[in-house]
Amino acid sequence: MASDKTTAPEAVVVRFAGDSGDGMQLTGGQFTLSTALAGNDLATFPDFPAEIRAPQGTLFGVSAFQINFGSTAIETAGDAPDVLVAMNPAALKVNLAALKPGGLIIADTGEFTKRNLDKAKYDTNPLEGDGLAKWDVLAFDISELTLEAVKPFGLGKKEALRCKNMWTLGLALWMFDRPRAPIHDWLKAKFAKAPELAEANIAALDAGHAYGETAEISGPLKQVHVDPVASEPGLYRTITGAESISLGLVAGAQLAELPMFFGGYPITPASAILHHLARLKEYDVQTFQAEDEIAAICSAIGASYAGQLGVTSSSGPGIALKGEAMGLAIMTELPLVIVNSQRGGPSTGLPTKTEQSDLYQAVYGRNGDAPMPVIAARSPADAFECAIEACRIAVQYMTPVMLLTDGYIANAAEPWKVPNPADYEPFPAKFLTEKNAKNAEGEDELLPFARDEKGARPWIKPGTPGLMHRIGGIEKAQGTGHIDYSPANHQAMTDARKDKVDGIADSIPPQDVCLGNESGKLVLVGWGSTYGPIHQAVRRARKRGLDVSHVHVRNVWPLPKNLGDLLKGFDKVLVPEMNTGQFKTVLRDQYLVDAQPLTKTSGQPFAIAEIEDAICDALGEPRPSQIGGEVEVNDNQLPSPEAANP
Amino acid sequence: MNDMTPVQTTLKDWETDQEVRWCPGCGDYAILKAVQRTLPQLNADPAKTVFVSGIGCSSRFPYYVESYGFHTIHGRAPAFVTGIKLANPELDVWMVTGDGDGMSIGGNHTMHILRRNIDVQILLFNNEIYGLTKGQYSPTSRQGTKSPSAPGGSIDRPAQPCAFALGSGARFVARGFDVSKNLPDVLKAAHAHKGAAFVEIFQNCIVYNKDVFNDFAAPKGAEDQQLWLEDGQPMLFAKGTKGLARDVENMTLKVVDVADGDWEAAGVMVHDVKNRTLAHMLVELPFGPFPMALGVIYDDPRPAYDAVVAEEMAKARTARASNLGSLLAKGQTWTVDGTAQDPI
Ligand SMILES: Cc1ncc(C[n+]2csc(CCOP(=O)(O)OP(=O)(O)O)c2C)c(N)n1
Ligand code: SF4
Ligand SMILES: [Mg+2]
Repeated sequence: MASDKTTAPEAVVVRFAGDSGDGMQLTGGQFTLSTALAGNDLATFPDFPAEIRAPQGTLFGVSAFQINFGSTAIETAGDAPDVLVAMNPAALKVNLAALKPGGLIIADTGEFTKRNLDKAKYDTNPLEGDGLAKWDVLAFDISELTLEAVKPFGLGKKEALRCKNMWTLGLALWMFDRPRAPIHDWLKAKFAKAPELAEANIAALDAGHAYGETAEISGPLKQVHVDPVASEPGLYRTITGAESISLGLVAGAQLAELPMFFGGYPITPASAILHHLARLKEYDVQTFQAEDEIAAICSAIGASYAGQLGVTSSSGPGIALKGEAMGLAIMTELPLVIVNSQRGGPSTGLPTKTEQSDLYQAVYGRNGDAPMPVIAARSPADAFECAIEACRIAVQYMTPVMLLTDGYIANAAEPWKVPNPADYEPFPAKFLTEKNAKNAEGEDELLPFARDEKGARPWIKPGTPGLMHRIGGIEKAQGTGHIDYSPANHQAMTDARKDKVDGIADSIPPQDVCLGNESGKLVLVGWGSTYGPIHQAVRRARKRGLDVSHVHVRNVWPLPKNLGDLLKGFDKVLVPEMNTGQFKTVLRDQYLVDAQPLTKTSGQPFAIAEIEDAICDALGEPRPSQIGGEVEVNDNQLPSPEAANP
Repeated sequence: MNDMTPVQTTLKDWETDQEVRWCPGCGDYAILKAVQRTLPQLNADPAKTVFVSGIGCSSRFPYYVESYGFHTIHGRAPAFVTGIKLANPELDVWMVTGDGDGMSIGGNHTMHILRRNIDVQILLFNNEIYGLTKGQYSPTSRQGTKSPSAPGGSIDRPAQPCAFALGSGARFVARGFDVSKNLPDVLKAAHAHKGAAFVEIFQNCIVYNKDVFNDFAAPKGAEDQQLWLEDGQPMLFAKGTKGLARDVENMTLKVVDVADGDWEAAGVMVHDVKNRTLAHMLVELPFGPFPMALGVIYDDPRPAYDAVVAEEMAKARTARASNLGSLLAKGQTWTVDGTAQDPI
């Protein structure tokens, strides 16, 4: 950006970084809102430590929020920031490496004290030497300027310094030509009970803004205007994955004409879904904070048994605990949605970092032959559609369904074209109210395990007169559901459960190629939140004339029926994923294709450049860095993400 | 339990066509009969009755009762019951569990269903052994119990289910045993209690832990060791010749002799089912020096969790029409029109 001061850039990446106590997530969130209101497309990446209050000033206590916004379709939070706001030495140290050469550093000199430099393990003050010569540096005492701005409100020094993030936000608003009014309103609402804090924060925000406007700083600080993106007409809002899944579940339950029961137990990053749903009682959503993840899923199965749509959600360690109960839901053939917000594993792993390493667990991770459909969301907005789809499959096929999302999707925000509920086809649940068969004597008979054309059994609510019956986890006879361990029956029931789940493939759309040709030299096959970087990398490579396509799979299990043939149309198949190659293995197993892995397990999403390099390597072409030409990240080839996925 | 329209049934109506698969002579048979005999007396409706169990010999129970039934997974029945009652508080739910199911693998869930006070009758069949897995010692087995997993006798100290229940906040605690003629009365009291009613039923596993309760539960001759509690009645046993009185010095109870039926003179205490301190003492009385306290030990209802939630849900439903469209469009929004951008 700094190297491109005169023309309006198509996209800008800004990273706000500070101590976890500095309020960087709030700053980022508000900047995101103002960016959305300005009509830019955007993607965000909140990146914060696992500790609630990490020791101040330390390297591991750094909390950052990255936003990529622009006048064209934005699908990732951006590889390298153009602007880094560093509220202390630790924030500078941790985030500097990613900053684009020529990018701008805004640093608060007030925090570059000997003590903080020591904590960040700097021998000398980096702002003073020429170690930052590659970048533009704008260093001034934000702490002091904030204290001055809020002086009239008589806050203690500690409280006054808390307004620093608003001062910084004010400056950022000025830099990108954003109105302050929405933030004023937000502060007034947030501090409604402490008006002096609202006033102080507003003063700090205004002071930061005024600093940009009036300070006679020559050099790097320039006002930049990023044009709004040309999006489809309609009503928009920003949405995070956690919100979107919650709303999608509510919509799904309504389309099924069922009350929703949500059983959960707190775990990062899944808790956000519990928190959102807990406020939606009016929408016939009942949330239950259980004593553990096992109780959470078992209560949800109990609710489904009693005629509601049972939903449960967790992350890896909690999903592991739910395994046995998933088997029971498969065995008793009851509908259930299980949301897995994946995080780095195994064990406690990286609670606040993202990974896609629960794919095996989702597809294969239960005792016995226990087939279960799996759906993966590609972005915050897509998670809404996926949640509805999960509800549909659960209700129509009488089966538990796992919906995979991850820490990145859960926390990231993007603009979302607000859908119209009337555009979705309802899939009302049907309950059996009368006996459904005749016995040999011609009398009415109940067969709780009779199957419809989809292979699904009837849903029978306790409380229905005349339909009393017993279900459980023991193998049961076809039709009657009575306990039956006989060899032929177990064979038949195992087959019936498998056929039912395999048959779901009949009700899902065929796999499309979301960018590129239907056959060719190379296809990148992704699933889940790698959508953004894969898509951008493929787009860049195609711009440079390379023959590469992007296939992104939503229905991870059962897979779309045409996927095998589609992949066979390409000479090479490359599967980028944030694990050690799990989906690659599934594809090899299902289609005997020579799928090659591109893996990353650093807790960070893929950078576009990493994938672009892998494309070049696979095609035997020089990497962009080897030929020098950098291709702009954003161009106008694609409609907005909303248009791509109505 | 629930208020529901009375339905006339007989014991036969509660029998299923399934072959009962317990060992001949197992105490579970007697409990099944007691339950099937009690249900008609409660005017229970088979269509609105649900039996939910975990895993174990005892947990096979639902297959033999002609109502709705859910045989779930080991130890987790309380969580299923919670979901069922929250989804449909109208259902009359009975939970059947064992000493292994309810006190070992499912101890956590037992604690929480009691603490939350879900409206359900919990029948814990205590045979002091893992029956279904062929006789390993359980969390209620007495020290020294010889089993395949403890050939030299178990070392663990046993847990006391009723003390555990009280400690977890239970508002109804009762005890009975398989062949007792009083068991239906205990079940009726449990059913009458709104909220979680915890009933420990001593059950004879004649294969792996035969007759361990004979000192007080033998079909004949052990009556003198049974203290049948009744609210408002003196705590007498051994045909009224003995009773329980306050041991003020030690802040506990003591056994006193009652001469000529004059229990008042002997200082025998009157049972009060709402006295929680007394309940704690009764469930902890060491058997031997004391009789086995049976019947309704404690019964002091508090609002059931499922009833409170149902009220809240009903209020929320009427509070605001649930328009999904407006929910989706909540928060700050902006409109993009056909041509120019229009940031708000
Ligand atoms: C997760 C799991 N672990 C272990 C078992 C094996 N198992 C079945 S029943 C049981 C113990 C049952 O004891 P109890 O609850 O006392 O019932 P009883 O058979 O004595 O009536 C065990 C360990 C199981 N079914 N599931
Ligand atoms: S093993 Fe014991 S508890 Fe189980 S059925 Fe046989 S006698 Fe009854
Ligand atoms: Mg037992």
